[in-house]
Amino acid sequence: MTAAIAAQGLGKRYRRTWALADCTLSVPAGHVVGVVGPNGAGKTTLLGLATGMLAPSAGTIEVLGGRPRSGRTQLARVGYLAQGAPVYSGLSVADHLRLGAHLNPGWDAGLARMRVSRLDLDLRQKAGTLSGGQRAQLALTLAVAKRPELLVLDEPVASLDPLARRDFLADLMESVAEQGLSVVLSSHLVGDLERACDYLVVLVASRVQVAGPVDDLLASHRLLSGPRRDPASLPGGVQVISASHTDVQSTLLVRTPGPILDPAWTVSEVSLEDLLLAHMRQATGRGRRNHLEVQR
Amino acid sequence: MIAFHLDGRSGVAPYLQLIHQVRHALRLGLLHQGDQLPKVKDVAAGLAINPNTVLKAYRLLEHEGLVAARPGIGTFVTGTLDGGPLAAHGPLRRDLQRWLANARQAGLDDESIEALFASTFRSAAEEDIA
Repeated sequence: MTAAIAAQGLGKRYRRTWALADCTLSVPAGHVVGVVGPNGAGKTTLLGLATGMLAPSAGTIEVLGGRPRSGRTQLARVGYLAQGAPVYSGLSVADHLRLGAHLNPGWDAGLARMRVSRLDLDLRQKAGTLSGGQRAQLALTLAVAKRPELLVLDEPVASLDPLARRDFLADLMESVAEQGLSVVLSSHLVGDLERACDYLVVLVASRVQVAGPVDDLLASHRLLSGPRRDPASLPGGVQVISASHTDVQSTLLVRTPGPILDPAWTVSEVSLEDLLLAHMRQATGRGRRNHLEVQR
Repeated sequence: MIAFHLDGRSGVAPYLQLIHQVRHALRLGLLHQGDQLPKVKDVAAGLAINPNTVLKAYRLLEHEGLVAARPGIGTFVTGTLDGGPLAAHGPLRRDLQRWLANARQAGLDDESIEALFASTFRSAAEEDIA
């Protein structure tokens, strides 16, 4: 199966700062991939490289087996929704659909009309007067009706209220089910990631910290608590992501290839949120600060 | 038709939550052989979850022999999960109520009762394996 995104040593430099460095990734197609990380970690840069709006400073990237900046055929295969779901505020909903039809060779006018009527959008209404949720839905309609194989969404729901956010994601998931789209979206809202994504790429400080299917990540991480001891006494292959100790007790978040059998540890499952926070903290070396917003 | 829900805070992977809910519905008699499970598209849109998650849950249930997919139509219940004959529940419940009364008389509070039950349940299960 062709990878949705395959990157080898990929990097992007702005003057002397690397916005993304040494990124090697292979994300299989058919997934909804969440790109997650603190602000400034390189999420938008990675998405920009995948859509071809940015050219790499180092390494290579292939999207659906093709080079992002190789021309029209590749452009038609990838849909992109920029941060804040921009629409033309002076144009009506109908104008947007006409524009979409003109600009995209594979435009599915039936799908676009069906979505607009299902969303109860007035065709004559100017996009500038739509609510935030409606604007996002209109932008998603344009991106989906283009019939891309891969849809790239940069912070698609960050500015929406919880209800609009849930509606948007439900709608996106329905499109994924109906059209077999691959999706790559960036977000820092853990609750949304947990529902919508089945694959995660965690970026911290311009680098890939961890990546993999969500179920595998959840299955391989455990929280251990027990009498205070040296983490080095854990069996081989167990990687300590975070550790805290009191004078009598140790609490470790570990990534482990198999079950922890030592009866001294109380072993419990880890929520996705704790898992992501631990990885981000480990990578930044920063203390107890929340890099993730928790909104449900 | 059953309806799924998700507990975002449980730390249990969403596909496992769906599987548990189907098994639970089978045990409680809410689902019978021949019943259709909600369509993947509808679950994805209804819960705003990834359709692959739903597919994975259905595939694993199929692997257990509890459901079967009919391409283009949907997924249907083919198996049963017996929680034992319902007739046995009554006497067992009465035994348990007696035991609970004894436990309270001995001065155990709710938490201690739950802990005692859970630890006894676990150690009995381990003896079964051994």
